[in-house]
Amino acid sequence: MKLTIAVTGLNNTDNPGPGIPVIRGIRESEHIEARIIGLAYENLEPGVYMPNMIDKTYMIPYPSSGTEAYLERIEEIHQKDPIDLIIPNLDAELYTFMKAEPRLRELGIKTFLPTQEQFEERHKANLDAFGKKYDIKVPKSITLTSHGDIQKIKDHFDYPVLVKGKFYDAYIAYNSDQVANHFNKISAKWGLPIIIQEFIKGTEVNVVALGDGQGNTIAAVPMRKLFITDKGKAWSGITLNDEEMIRITNDLIERTKWRGGMELEMIKTNKNEYYMIEINPRIPAWVYLAVGAGQNIPEALVKLAIGEKVEPYTNYQIGKMFIRYSWDLLGDIQEFEQLSIFGEIEK
Amino acid sequence: MKIKKNIAVSENGFLFDPNSGESYSLNKTGQLIVKLISEGKTESEIIEVVKEKYEVETTSLQRYLDDFIMMLQQMNLLEKEED
Repeated sequence: MKLTIAVTGLNNTDNPGPGIPVIRGIRESEHIEARIIGLAYENLEPGVYMPNMIDKTYMIPYPSSGTEAYLERIEEIHQKDPIDLIIPNLDAELYTFMKAEPRLRELGIKTFLPTQEQFEERHKANLDAFGKKYDIKVPKSITLTSHGDIQKIKDHFDYPVLVKGKFYDAYIAYNSDQVANHFNKISAKWGLPIIIQEFIKGTEVNVVALGDGQGNTIAAVPMRKLFITDKGKAWSGITLNDEEMIRITNDLIERTKWRGGMELEMIKTNKNEYYMIEINPRIPAWVYLAVGAGQNIPEALVKLAIGEKVEPYTNYQIGKMFIRYSWDLLGDIQEFEQLSIFGEIEK
Repeated sequence: MKIKKNIAVSENGFLFDPNSGESYSLNKTGQLIVKLISEGKTESEIIEVVKEKYEVETTSLQRYLDDFIMMLQQMNLLEKEED
């Protein structure tokens, strides 16, 4: 089937967005013949210039510039180049897209996102209540809304603790001075609140999954990071044979009736207990590992979005590995000029 | 004493634990011992086999073997012993 699919998150850097891996999955589909539209925030997002990935890129404003300006730009693009489906891949833009879902639907643009309720309740700041509601072990956490709150930490936790931003960034702190330092750094970048989380000792493991919105798990692949960058991003990883991680995922998707892609971040302790530390409401950048292991999650998401029935994946290859690398892509100034001046570029 | 079922050991002595994602390189002696454990041999049977192949005193070998088995246990590569 022929579809025009718009994708964000094209910053394929050492802190990669999921855009390019999502496109790779779609490109490898035998059922989807896609024209890919890239939606870029910066004119140096590497994904824009990569060969055989994006057919046409349009610059869009940051969601922080206001929902109206953001959606007007999407509508403008849609008028020129009709879009069947948008796959937003960045945390900071998800809320805008979820809220705009009815408006986009009216225009004929489909999405396949979690509901606002699902999105809100799994928020880092609400993880405690989420754990209680769905019988999942979560580390104890509190939210700080002002600098003065830092004093509260010692009433609830022993050090070390994790200091986390609303959307991104997590640092370990061994005392209140370090908390204050991280608080300033994170709040300057991502705003408030800041989340203080109990530090659970163990191995971090992750699952990439897809829920159909009816309670069924369409895909789920567990992974462990083998090499982590200084930004905490996976530079290498391997698929695991871990039935408990799959059980937790299936149970969570069934109970929340999760719709869309998700990434579960857990800590597995030495006693084989699993603590959920974060639920990202979107496909993660390492999704291509799942595609390579036999579960084409981007393809399945596209099919679900257009209302096709998708049979759940039940198998994947264990011990499949990925290793990222950097590569100097050469281009001409004309391409950069085209994108900078006109805000769009055809590849 | 049993190596966990899903642990894969290649002919080159590369051991992969698909549950944790960890992998290890075994030397020839390690390979031999893991193979003997997989075959269900007891500690004293393993000592007999190793002594036939290598020139080593029983007391030293016993100590090395205990260390090695403890390491396998710590790395979660052995089935839990049932009491």
